Amino acid sequence: MQESAKQKATIPFWRDERILNILGQVVFIIVLLFLASLIYQNMKTGLAKQGITLSYNFLSGIAGFDISETFLEYSRTSSYWQAYQVGLLNTLSVSIVGVIASTIFGVILGVSRLSTNFLINRLAAFYLELIRNLSLLVFLIFWYLGVFLKLPRVREAVIWPGDIFLTNRGVGIPWGLPTDSYPTFRLILLIGIILSFIVFFSLRAYSNRTGQAPLTTLWTSLTFIITGVVGWLILPEKPLFFESPVIEGLNMSGGKVLSPEFMALTSGLVLYTSAFIGEVVRSGILSVSKGQVEAAHALGLNSFQTLRLIVFPQALRVIVPPLTSQYLNLIKNSSLAIAVGYPDLFYISNTIQNQTGRAVEMISMVMLTYLIFSLITSVFMNWYNQRIKLVER
Amino acid sequence: MTQSNTILPPLTERSGVIRWLRKNLFGSWLDAILTIVGAFIIYWIVKELWTWVFTVAEWQVVATNLRLFMVGQYPLEQVWRLWIALAFIMFLTGNSLGIWARKSYFATILLLAFPVLLTLFPFGDEPRKWLIILTIVGVIGWGIGRTASEKLSRIVIIGWIISLPIFILLTRGFSPEDGIMPIVGTNLWGGLLLTFLLTVVGIIFSFPLGVLLALGRRSELPVIRLASVLYIELVRGVPLITVFFMAQLMLPLFLPPNITIDRVLRAMVAVTLFSAAYLAENVRGGLQAIPKGQFEAAHALGLNGLQTMYFIILPQALRLIIPILVGQFIAVFKDTALVAIVGLFDLVGIAKTVLAQPDFLGLQREVYVFISLIYWVLSYGMSYLSQQLEVKLGVGKR
Repeated sequence: MQESAKQKATIPFWRDERILNILGQVVFIIVLLFLASLIYQNMKTGLAKQGITLSYNFLSGIAGFDISETFLEYSRTSSYWQAYQVGLLNTLSVSIVGVIASTIFGVILGVSRLSTNFLINRLAAFYLELIRNLSLLVFLIFWYLGVFLKLPRVREAVIWPGDIFLTNRGVGIPWGLPTDSYPTFRLILLIGIILSFIVFFSLRAYSNRTGQAPLTTLWTSLTFIITGVVGWLILPEKPLFFESPVIEGLNMSGGKVLSPEFMALTSGLVLYTSAFIGEVVRSGILSVSKGQVEAAHALGLNSFQTLRLIVFPQALRVIVPPLTSQYLNLIKNSSLAIAVGYPDLFYISNTIQNQTGRAVEMISMVMLTYLIFSLITSVFMNWYNQRIKLVER
Repeated sequence: MTQSNTILPPLTERSGVIRWLRKNLFGSWLDAILTIVGAFIIYWIVKELWTWVFTVAEWQVVATNLRLFMVGQYPLEQVWRLWIALAFIMFLTGNSLGIWARKSYFATILLLAFPVLLTLFPFGDEPRKWLIILTIVGVIGWGIGRTASEKLSRIVIIGWIISLPIFILLTRGFSPEDGIMPIVGTNLWGGLLLTFLLTVVGIIFSFPLGVLLALGRRSELPVIRLASVLYIELVRGVPLITVFFMAQLMLPLFLPPNITIDRVLRAMVAVTLFSAAYLAENVRGGLQAIPKGQFEAAHALGLNGLQTMYFIILPQALRLIIPILVGQFIAVFKDTALVAIVGLFDLVGIAKTVLAQPDFLGLQREVYVFISLIYWVLSYGMSYLSQQLEVKLGVGKR
């Protein structure tokens, strides 16, 4: 007994795993720090040779370049920082439109891929295989140069029903202009939101009390829509005046003109990402075992109820994690805007960096911004995933 | 009453065109409408595509610049070196198919006949000759592989390991201007050659890094785990294009002033660093799929941590994720197109220069459709072949 204790005590430290572990980590940190400081020193001397010291003060300088599409007040005399914000908002707008549209389109594709209709099924399969094996960059460039810039000139515009003008200067769509009664209408919409909240919570309380499963989402959205429509009808002067685009000489005016860059980027990203989302949706639905559907039918649920109450909630658990990564891909891929000339975050940062020569600062800023985007998206989707997750023991 | 000898199947199981149509296309009213709409869409697409491909499109731009698309500005009198390198790879491919894929005839025939199929394109006489040689070399390799013993398979594996160094050595050359293989600078590499090299180098070098990161992420040592997680999440959180820009603009700053690396090498570093983070997550998935009993059994046998990983866990985990690795390879292949944005002349970069020639202004559709076709055929081909081989070889099953 005593001997074994003694033996334990005399294990040389270079064979003691606990000490070795700590030692190894310390060495690892030292090597890492050494490399980092080496890189930092090299960078500092390299930058000093170019006469640059690391700082972000240059952001308050005057940008001096134009940006074709902005949501903010922006002009040539604005600062670099304002230009950066413009890019940020443009990236956000492309991402939000892209995420919503590609989800809708992707779900349609995924369901079509499972359709019993041979033709629809094959058509969806063909689309998925076609898109998933293309390079996104090539697809985007083709979509921009080969489709949107090859649309007819403004004078020979193709006009789709609903006053949609397709030209090589962009796509013109009718756009609502607010009139005098618009503030009242906004108030009515607010009331609609409150009403639909009331409906939502009372239906949920009803469901918890009785165990019934009312169509909560449907009634909630119907409440809002009905309030909006009624408000629209009772107001003597319509709150929005819809203006169609008109062709004036070589340009379009009125309505809203979406630039070919924006259209190519957004629709290209949507077409590309939805193919991947379609595959995610398909595998999610397939993951729900057939026995579940049969059991639901045996319990007397009809097909719609089976889909809504049995298949969909279970498929969603499988769908959400890969769907999150597709959303993240879409947001990151929106940086390819630089290939089609849409002034997004990355494009504008690149312009700033070309003008000022501040490569380190700009690249670190852009990377940090995208990291934050990714982080926010994953946090939100993880929260949603937690909510719909199977509650286990 | 006479008893019929032939027993007909129940009505519901009889087959026939009409029955098939009713079941698959006109099951209900909604189905019928969808079918008609779908048929119309297909008709429209086929008609438009047919008219464009055969009457409108001017394919002259592709035919004239085919060499540019394949190898970029690589000097014409040195192209034979690339053919030799390709022949070496073709030989290894035939050999491997003969040894390991004896039952997958379709994949074998497809791979070996692929060069001959390419002669249908307007390549010119010299390349056509080489393409036929490639197939012949492949078939010879296959024949040797069929009759080979165990020993040969080891030689083939060694051959694969040295194939990339040989390929790069032949591409780059080693002797001065007047020697047998003068050095061709990376600035002259382009087209599909550059895309291919970026992909292969990126995948091969990111593999060990990715495995290390995956192991680091599962390590019990907090510092190493933290460092791995930070690296993986950082790289996966930013777009690839920012990594490329960082490599082009900041990598030269990070290195000591007496070391310079050229632009192609920088892009290769970027692909490697980027792909390693994604690979690490894939490998981690494979590691997680290994049951705990395997670790315990290895420990019970007296293996230490390193030995357990190397002899027991990694071989199983990597075997599990081979299909995913093929997917990763395809993804990297598609992503390398981004190097065109930082000014390299890969397929997309070449497309830009071709379209800038005054003779071929306004032919964007033809050029980009052609490039898309290359990407599509190679990506689809790779995934299809890997699926075929997986089924035949039982790869991915334990």
